[in-house]
Amino acid sequence: MKKLAALVLAIVLALSCLTFASAEDTVKIGVFEPSSGDNGAGGKQEVLGIEYANSLTPTVEIGGKTYNVELVIVDNQSATDKAVTAAQSLVSSGVSIVLGSYGSGASMAGGDVFAAAEVPAIGVSCTNPNVTLLCDYYWRVCFLDPFQGSVMANFAYDKGCKKAYVLSMLGEDYGNGLAHYFVEAFKALGGEVVEDTFPEGTSDFSAYLNNAANAGCDVIFSPCATTYASLIIDQAASQGITFPIMAGDTWESSVILDAAKGKDVDVYVSTFFAEDETNAAAVEFVSGFKAWLNANPDKLTNNGGNDIVAAVSVLGFDAYNVAIEALKAAGSTEPAAVAAALPSVTYTGVTGAISFDENGDANKDMAYIKKANTETGEFDFEKTQSVAGLAE
Amino acid sequence: MKKQPLWKTLCCVAGVAIIFFLAWLAEETQGASSMLVTVLKKGAVYALIAVSMNLLNGFTGLFSLGQAGFMLVGAYTYAVLTIPLAKRQAVYQYYAGGCITVEVNFIVALVLAGVVAAIFAALIGLPVLRLKSDYLAIATLGFAEIIRAIVQWDSLGPITNGSNLLKTYPTFKTVMSGSTVLFPFIVSGICIGIILLLINSTYGRAFKAIRDDEIAAEAMGINLFHHKQMSFVISSFFAGVGGALLAMYQGSLQANAFKSSMTYEILLIVVIGGMGSVSGSVIASFLFIACSEWWLRFLDNVTYINDFQVPLLGSGFRMVVFSVVIMIVVLFFRQGLMGDRELWNLKIPKRKAKQEVTKA
Amino acid sequence: MFDMLLPYLLAGISVGGQYALIAVGYTMVYGILRLINFAHGDIFTAAGFFMVYLVAALPLSISVPLVIILTVILGFLVERVAYKPLRTAPRMSIMISAIGTSYLLQNLMWYVTGGLAKQYPVLPWISDTVRIGSASTKVVTLVTPVLTVLLVIALVMLINHTKVGMAMRAVSKDFETAQLMGIKINNVISATFILGSALAAVGSMLYFTNYSTVTPTVGAMPGLKAFVAAVFGGIGSIPGAVIGAFIIGICENLMKAAGYTAFSDAFTFALLIIILIFKPNGLFGEKTAEKV
Repeated sequence: MKKLAALVLAIVLALSCLTFASAEDTVKIGVFEPSSGDNGAGGKQEVLGIEYANSLTPTVEIGGKTYNVELVIVDNQSATDKAVTAAQSLVSSGVSIVLGSYGSGASMAGGDVFAAAEVPAIGVSCTNPNVTLLCDYYWRVCFLDPFQGSVMANFAYDKGCKKAYVLSMLGEDYGNGLAHYFVEAFKALGGEVVEDTFPEGTSDFSAYLNNAANAGCDVIFSPCATTYASLIIDQAASQGITFPIMAGDTWESSVILDAAKGKDVDVYVSTFFAEDETNAAAVEFVSGFKAWLNANPDKLTNNGGNDIVAAVSVLGFDAYNVAIEALKAAGSTEPAAVAAALPSVTYTGVTGAISFDENGDANKDMAYIKKANTETGEFDFEKTQSVAGLAE
Repeated sequence: MKKQPLWKTLCCVAGVAIIFFLAWLAEETQGASSMLVTVLKKGAVYALIAVSMNLLNGFTGLFSLGQAGFMLVGAYTYAVLTIPLAKRQAVYQYYAGGCITVEVNFIVALVLAGVVAAIFAALIGLPVLRLKSDYLAIATLGFAEIIRAIVQWDSLGPITNGSNLLKTYPTFKTVMSGSTVLFPFIVSGICIGIILLLINSTYGRAFKAIRDDEIAAEAMGINLFHHKQMSFVISSFFAGVGGALLAMYQGSLQANAFKSSMTYEILLIVVIGGMGSVSGSVIASFLFIACSEWWLRFLDNVTYINDFQVPLLGSGFRMVVFSVVIMIVVLFFRQGLMGDRELWNLKIPKRKAKQEVTKA
Repeated sequence: MFDMLLPYLLAGISVGGQYALIAVGYTMVYGILRLINFAHGDIFTAAGFFMVYLVAALPLSISVPLVIILTVILGFLVERVAYKPLRTAPRMSIMISAIGTSYLLQNLMWYVTGGLAKQYPVLPWISDTVRIGSASTKVVTLVTPVLTVLLVIALVMLINHTKVGMAMRAVSKDFETAQLMGIKINNVISATFILGSALAAVGSMLYFTNYSTVTPTVGAMPGLKAFVAAVFGGIGSIPGAVIGAFIIGICENLMKAAGYTAFSDAFTFALLIIILIFKPNGLFGEKTAEKV
């Protein structure tokens, strides 16, 4: 009897995976993003941008034929080991191109799977240089950590900070990379640095913050996932740390705003886009995206319960459109053809003009620095910083 | 133990050959990136790891939870030694290219992966194996965590790349042109074969005697510590090789993934397959991987049937269903799939569940 | 020097107290069932999530007791479903069941929360900031050790001076004889899990007030450390567990103060192994001869 039950169960399982043959004239775009784990909140926002773009451009003309675009969304759970199988499932579902991920580690881990299957991938907000450097099938639409790190180092130094406490999570490629480039740039400017790392799952940051205060640091730079960011901000506030806390693009999230709201902390982040940008494309995107969010309660929840436009959503939007352009240019839904067409694609998106260099990185040269407003719970625009500005 | 008749041996060889052929056929017909092939590859890797754990937990009765630690050692040994010299500068981007300037052949590295893991096991085993059941479990678990912390230590960065990803070492795709699935099958097959031979040898019978009754075994003249140490080291050797295979499968490697939850997963595979059954572990590995990566994945997607949203389905539901199934096995089918029988001697009835009459 | 160390000591004492409340649950269960209840850390996490979800709907005065009640029910259910059917099974089976339960609870919490971190509600008063000398911290840091000690004293009184307590002591001394003497084993075991879970619930309130995010796996590490504390103090001994927890909490923070932040977790396990090798019965453990 037991054996019979087991047999029936096995057959049901086997059958259930044979369902859903895909319809003709559909091109699949894989969305490789975390919707759970440490980076879940940010990943969801990035998916929102992609979904919004998909709602505006639901079809694409490839080789004279109109295809419906189907998004295949998988959750890479913000973990490098889970990312491999998530990437596998995208590849095996027959996607032509992949978008994502938020968090460089997952992109680097998934990159090999995409490369093995010769499916091109466009990184949305993964800023570690190795994402594209070590993978021939990865491109990206955002700026890189060496740039972002030196932007924040310059910003901190210009604010009069002389000794930085740099804190990142063990085993997180995004944070370690950005921290590394920040340290390099900050030291080059003549500042001092104390470096530290915390293990995954840490919730007690008081000792780290004490270390920072005792070492006489006057700024904290902590590129890490938002899960830890809110703890750091909260404990910094309760320990009476008054000097500025800075981080990279991941911190531009409503998680940070919630954590900082009503507390006596100075939080600065660098990011890819500012909501009060005045060019036509940005204005149109911001109003359209907000209207779309407010019309869909589910989407609004995924955005963190408010309609603040996250830079990663904007990048997701741009990445989707770049993918569409690549499909048009390829004239085929074959992944290999798309990969061949992608390097020469250019597109003017909401975050500026996008074209790829020989590594597959977008030629992006502008970062936006924002400050968390602890009263209104929003980000205030602080300044922009370009590569040219750094050279001076 | 009487000698196996020739036809039985031939049957075994033929069976293995057929399995290999089917795996190869699957890749030829389904393509290298299909889910079936993915499951086959990962399943083969996990089969080796599960069997190595079974050798320790199921056959020797040592409840060790250090498997992830030894896999970590093996995986890192393999990756560190095989990353092409030309790529080191990029991989060890924060450590100026790292300090290791040798690059060895992947086969040599695979063996070394096992050897290094075995050396670690020998060192750890000296103090730890004197402990009893659950103390042993928690101590080995602790050692796995310590190994993970050491590998991630920034000062060892020039060797281990700290806590950052290792990439660009040879993978299944690069080591064997034409077929990505055969390599893990061959390596796992050889290793499992060796373990089987060991289990059926004098040593294997001594292991089982220790499992069934330590004191009686000792009275029969079996050197307890010596045999425990041997089982521990051999199991770790194969766990190290398995870890290296896992690194090859994944294509990128990070110490962070080798958490205690990984050990737990392998332990659950062993339990599902049956403690003390090699073929059980192998079958359970493939089932476990297939369910968690493939067959149950639909549970994670919100599905609509004509505007009706199927209730409960959503991200994470797959793992809930999965763990409920595991609990049912653990609670009600304690023998697992195979108990302590093997595929080739199914006719022998399952051993009655050992009642702990004498031991309090 | 002391000024520099003070914040670390405060953090250490506070986290030690929270470990202590978890460790007591481990040590009591181990004392009676000889079982490492791997799911205990997850029960602790679940208590955190109960609070997150209850506060969203109910006032604090109702949610706090309700959290304790729900956690107790969860602990009770875990014992009844996962451990009771295996009473006569080999010890390894029960431990595997404990690991499976932990796996199940973590996956369940992952599913319910969508794998995202949840912000723990701010509890009044204990979340306020106070200054002590040159250090500044939350009130909960000071409340934790006091509350921990009070609760443990109450628990020891309960074990020493009530009928249930006497039954517990009897069962942990000799399982079978206690049964023969007419003690309802299952009730005693349930009572143990209920007490342990209630303390874990209190511990989780203190812990998450300090470290304000709850994730499905957040309890795993404190859970393991609390177990180490229980072993350190001598498993089965309640005062031992408490002292062990405080020592581990403080050492861990001093390690961080010394700059070895990456090793603070590894250190706990190293301590465990050293203790197991040199003093397997812990600081206050009873000597037991291995019975054949």
